[in-house]
Amino acid sequence: MKIHEADAKSLLVAQGLPVPPWEVARTPSQARAAAVKYLADPANATGKVVIKAQVLVGGRGKAGGVRLASTADEAEDVAAAILALEIKGLPVRRVLVGPAAEIVKEYYLSVLLDRATKRLMFIGSAEGGVEIEQTAVTNPGAIVYEHADPLLGLPDYAARELAFKIGFGAHWKAGAAIAKGLLRTMVANDADLVEINPLAVIRETRADGTPVERLVCLDAKITLDDSALLRHPGHEELRDMDAEDPTDVEARRYDLTFIKLEGDIGCMVNGAGLAMTTMDLVNRAGGQPANFLDIGGGAKADRVAAAMRLILDDPNVKAILVNIFGGITRGDEVAKGLIEARAQQVRDVPMVVRIVGTNAAEAAELLEAAHFVTAASLDEAAAKAVAAAKGAAA
Amino acid sequence: MSILIGRSTRLVVQGITGREGEFHSRAMLEYGTQLVAGVTPGKGGQTALDGKVPVFNTVREAVYQTGANTSCIFVPAGGAPDAVLEAVAAGIKTIFCITEGIPALDMIPVVEEVRLAGARLIGPNCPGATSPGTAKVGIIPGSIHRQGSVGVVSRSGTLTYEAVQAMTDAGLGQSTCVGIGGDPVIGSQHIDILKLFAADPDTEALVLIGEIGGTAEEEAAAWAAEHMANVPKVAFIAGRTAPEGKRMGHAGAIISGGKGTAASKVSALEAAGFRVANSPTELPRLLREAGFRR
Repeated sequence: MKIHEADAKSLLVAQGLPVPPWEVARTPSQARAAAVKYLADPANATGKVVIKAQVLVGGRGKAGGVRLASTADEAEDVAAAILALEIKGLPVRRVLVGPAAEIVKEYYLSVLLDRATKRLMFIGSAEGGVEIEQTAVTNPGAIVYEHADPLLGLPDYAARELAFKIGFGAHWKAGAAIAKGLLRTMVANDADLVEINPLAVIRETRADGTPVERLVCLDAKITLDDSALLRHPGHEELRDMDAEDPTDVEARRYDLTFIKLEGDIGCMVNGAGLAMTTMDLVNRAGGQPANFLDIGGGAKADRVAAAMRLILDDPNVKAILVNIFGGITRGDEVAKGLIEARAQQVRDVPMVVRIVGTNAAEAAELLEAAHFVTAASLDEAAAKAVAAAKGAAA
Repeated sequence: MSILIGRSTRLVVQGITGREGEFHSRAMLEYGTQLVAGVTPGKGGQTALDGKVPVFNTVREAVYQTGANTSCIFVPAGGAPDAVLEAVAAGIKTIFCITEGIPALDMIPVVEEVRLAGARLIGPNCPGATSPGTAKVGIIPGSIHRQGSVGVVSRSGTLTYEAVQAMTDAGLGQSTCVGIGGDPVIGSQHIDILKLFAADPDTEALVLIGEIGGTAEEEAAAWAAEHMANVPKVAFIAGRTAPEGKRMGHAGAIISGGKGTAASKVSALEAAGFRVANSPTELPRLLREAGFRR
């Protein structure tokens, strides 16, 4: 699950990481109040504020979602403009307001799960502010990789080594402490990724008017492990419902995995690998899958009926392909669910059903009595579903 | 012969009295697996499966009393990482963790402990393994198998069943079929299983089933090109039509930053001498084309 920059920053602050102050505003007047405060702050070396759209897509800056303001009036206008934006289809409902930083140097630092080594890995670079994927292409030598110990995490010496390798210069102590803090944030929240880009040396003004530099997390991106959400009840509140399809919410309620796609053939399958394969075979037979849908192991009739409703909620769906390989899942249970779902169905869509494995014979009997179109092999089922969708379209 | 499990397997099931644990333990026993013990803390001294299997409070006790050498875990996600540690501590060297939904970070220290103990973990979030005719551990339906000499390794559950069924229907039996699991942090990768197949005198051909996400298939392909050059090899990769950036059901099945695509895996496998099928049903034909004559 992705979360907003402002929420990610709160998780960093909770672990003691240095983040410049900010406030979240939902209205232009709230943004103005925050701007007044930061514009008057003597530590603010630029005398400006930054206003950033809180949306879960990349490219906010290019879309006009990140802007500066020098006065309270300007801040209010800018906030109003950003709050009226829709960025890549998502409405901007909140903006982050903070002092505009005077950046001396930008770094990159992240922690992520490295599947190949089964360890957490730090990625750091003295070339921050640009996407790390881009640096990996243009200047791969500028990137430092370092694994955390699976049992010890990041001991102090390893954090120092990492800081010197990245090259924080005079700020190496702060760099090492931030690396340790990012790992703490990762573990405390069961994150998949904690990314700071830029991690920046900024110049601020002391009370006596002299400048001071410090290393801070200027931006933050965190994604959370969906499998661990249950033990972090507070995290559910961080979910951005705007970034979710309503069907995602419904699917979660029934413990289904549903991903909407662009095509017109609805798919219902048990097992993620087989669900992907079914999509691939629909494509190969000349059709386009309307969704990925894994009903999981041991699905009962009610879950099958819910899955069918989800598929039919998509007006593009012109045919449905059901592919079940019974193991834990019993074929006759799925057949009963399909018969029940069709009885309640508001829209008549042709359906091709293939059920093999556990209790397949009982399922076949039920489906035959209910006059369903069935198929023996996966390839045949895909071909029949594609033909049915084309027939419906004509 | 076979890999991981076979005639000498003496199995303990952790979580045998749970709903899933009991259902699949019954199927394992019926298949002929030597299921010698179950473990459920607090139910030591009882029996499971109509009195056929003794239940112990701890894995250590089960090992001491029954000589169990392999474990199969059905413990829910909250307790499953600890169940793996318990099996390791009791000296078990082959551990299957069927449980799905374990937070990824929980598994990092666990796979390290498994490695340090010289044990082998399959899973989590895996269907287990079958050595047709001798033993089945996990949840793969026994009926889809036929005894033979094709080794099958896969990340998936039902997709594996699909491929195995296709092989069996075509008269191609299997030495062992292994599902390694779809999570980002798993105990054994494709390459680890390939090393076992390469050393198994009874495995004469290889079926590799993969899916989008990570680079495990590419690493396995490179290893097979060098060490299994003369073994007939076929593969299937799921997710050719999966969109980038979406997690396709399995926590690990995601294309990110252009990495982990089906195309990259297919070309790596083909370069390594695998024939790559467009559908699981093509696997038997491709295996014969690759020179497999059993």
